Amino acid sequence: MTTRLEEPAAGLPEEKPLPPLGSVGLLRWMWRQLTSMRTALILLFLLALASVPGSILPQRGTNPIRVDEWLAQNPASGPLLDRLGFFDVYASPWFAAVYLLLFISLIGCVLPRIAQHWRAVRLPPPPAPRRLSRLPHSREFASPREPQDVVGAAEQYLRSHRWRVRTGQADDGTPWVAAEKGHARETGNLVFHVSLLFVLAAVAIGGLLGWKGNVIVREGTGFSNTLTQYDAWGGGRFVDPDSLAPFSFTLDRFQVDFERADAQRGAPRLFEADVTFRDTPAGDPVATTIEVNEPLDVDGAKIFLVGHGYAPHVVVRDSAGEVVFDDTVVFLPQDGNFTSTGVIKVPDADPSLGFNGLFLPTASRDQIGAGVSTFPAPDDPEVLLAAFRGDMGLDSGVPQSVYTLDTSQMVKVGLESIRPGETWTLPNDSGSIEFVGLDRWASFQIAHDPGKELALLAAGAAIAGLMLSLFVRRRRVWVKALPGEAGGTLVQIAALARTEATDLTADVSAIADELGAPAAVEERSAE
Amino acid sequence: MTSVQLAQASNAAVYASMLTLTLAMIFFAASFASGRRRSTATADLPARIAEGAGGTAVITRPPAVADAPLEPGRRSANIGMSLTWLSFFTLLVGVVLRGVWAGRVPWGNMYEFSITAALGVLGVFLVMSVKRDLRWLGLFVVTPTLLWLGLAVTVLYTEAAQLVPALKSYWLVIHVSAAIICFGAFTLAAATAGLSLVRAGVERRQGTTDVRGWTSRMPTSERLQVLTNRVVAFSFPLWTFAVVAGAIWAENAWGRYWGWDPKETWAFITWVVFAAYLHARSTAGWRGNRASWIALAGWVAFLINYFGVNIFVNSLHSYSGM
Repeated sequence: MTTRLEEPAAGLPEEKPLPPLGSVGLLRWMWRQLTSMRTALILLFLLALASVPGSILPQRGTNPIRVDEWLAQNPASGPLLDRLGFFDVYASPWFAAVYLLLFISLIGCVLPRIAQHWRAVRLPPPPAPRRLSRLPHSREFASPREPQDVVGAAEQYLRSHRWRVRTGQADDGTPWVAAEKGHARETGNLVFHVSLLFVLAAVAIGGLLGWKGNVIVREGTGFSNTLTQYDAWGGGRFVDPDSLAPFSFTLDRFQVDFERADAQRGAPRLFEADVTFRDTPAGDPVATTIEVNEPLDVDGAKIFLVGHGYAPHVVVRDSAGEVVFDDTVVFLPQDGNFTSTGVIKVPDADPSLGFNGLFLPTASRDQIGAGVSTFPAPDDPEVLLAAFRGDMGLDSGVPQSVYTLDTSQMVKVGLESIRPGETWTLPNDSGSIEFVGLDRWASFQIAHDPGKELALLAAGAAIAGLMLSLFVRRRRVWVKALPGEAGGTLVQIAALARTEATDLTADVSAIADELGAPAAVEERSAE
Repeated sequence: MTSVQLAQASNAAVYASMLTLTLAMIFFAASFASGRRRSTATADLPARIAEGAGGTAVITRPPAVADAPLEPGRRSANIGMSLTWLSFFTLLVGVVLRGVWAGRVPWGNMYEFSITAALGVLGVFLVMSVKRDLRWLGLFVVTPTLLWLGLAVTVLYTEAAQLVPALKSYWLVIHVSAAIICFGAFTLAAATAGLSLVRAGVERRQGTTDVRGWTSRMPTSERLQVLTNRVVAFSFPLWTFAVVAGAIWAENAWGRYWGWDPKETWAFITWVVFAAYLHARSTAGWRGNRASWIALAGWVAFLINYFGVNIFVNSLHSYSGM
């Protein structure tokens, strides 16, 4: 799928075409089809097309919850699309088929061209054609100097301007200089395509040897880098989850600030997590901050701040007044104003207590009286609680989410809304719950990708190669010194572009000026 | 200046630039309407036949160009170009004042992206016009830019505010400026590709590249295709750079350099389509109209990325401020 150099149709004898392939076996035919530019084009279109559904349908890799919602809303088409991999497009077999075919096509095209280019680079420029005036850019003028002088000066000039030069004599003894420039174009083209292979390799390395996990940490609590501490974790095939770097950190404080002016009211303005970090369990504690765009680098892994929310602090007492629960509880934001939902589970109460909660940092009511937050900062915080009593199903052995409450075996006790400092005494002598205060939580993504340096390097090489292949013009020039009519020398200069629509007038003029041409003599440009 | 004055000055500059652009559009359109051919600039001006003494016809070439009446339409096209320059600088003032008002680079929301993108389109067009005669292209650059600015000041307008934390990074300057220049260049490429299709149609119908009618003002379809190729060859590496810069930033902000976020996906699609364009340019049977269609498709992918993903899709890049 490399770009073929545009060969001018008319003009000079070109390099010998590749030898014919001989007997055409089916495999060879298929290989040739696969590596043809037309196939590469079609595969490029297919790649663009195959990428589209992943931007429209929710994807498991980025948003598994919305995938489940989508499946629930579309019972007819959902399962079929799911089976065809439409919710994990970029890991689906058909997507892989397209890009792997494209890369095979690329290899099949690039390898022979590397060999071809290797030979071409070492070949001297072709000798001067017989009639230079037939070339698209040419010029001739009379010079009082000797032919050998003129050719020598031309050679020196061209060499000092980094042309590849060859000298010779025509059959009639006319000396000439041939020069060529711009092999960097094809070099860049090949570097670009090979670099793409390295990008793919880097992605593969990251996929096999990298890992990433997400964790929510409340203010005042800590995290240590072991698998069990993560809320979600995924690693490549060759990652040993038991030997992660043994760092840990505590979230001391999370600072947030929101826009209060009318324009973009409520938009976030500041996120900052103040943490105390340790390399190893016995290491020295280091106070540092993690911000958006400023992750913390540790042992090849990076800790990113990706989200935040509120963790109301509640104390639950049983009917005897004994404290059975005293902790902060993570509430997950549901909208931009941090209307948040959360669940408080109190298995130590007898019978067990459970609360479905709605937390509003700036409490308000909508038209139908439902609780809603109108600003993301805790200007007027309130928790709306629905209390349940009975068996939460925690002993059933089935793992439960901390964000859902199974109320099927429970009895509803009541509904209430409380503000910080307030206590709700539950009816029927079931105990009480106090909204003590408000903490925050921050969510972190911790990632290790050993392929990213290679990816960056390869991408850099690709851009450099691309620029060479698009900006360098491949061209040839010839200078001939014929005996002139009046005893002097007739100097002929001609140039031939080997890339499309290239104006070489400047090259010809520069050489002519160097050789002492009178200004503005006959000059043709037959572009 | 106070903040309110800055805001008013920025908006006034944007409106002034739209006004000049409207005038430029009218002058460019007038030059098209005056119906003389581009290729018959000064050289082929009709020789005047004067009656000499004794009834002999004396054929004289027209005198020096300065004395000759300008080719109809040329003057108004020149005025159009000047007005476009004026509009560019006025818009530049508007964008800079917007940045001063907000106290940061003026790329915090979609209104700001849009006025800067318009600046990018005009800028790339004017830079290109320095070395070659692009008066025939003026109408097709100025008109969409004007519509674009109209959309920006009406639908997309947002009061300046601070940046959300995710945008507070010097990568904003690098990544977004590259993307904006690419937008300008891709838009121009789409304009020349579209015109080459129109012109190729006329050439086919009239059976010659020396066409009559309003398309005679523009270069031949083949020249237009070469020009499109040049512009894409300039913007494709830059777009690659913009995507890579975005990936570096994403690695720093979100913990992965590529995550198939819708914005990333469409940036990739745009990249692949323009890669296909460059390949088509060197594939027999694809160089002409087919390649032009591909260039247009690449531009559409870019627009989908800009409008579709910013506004309609739930993306990490939803910074439209709307």
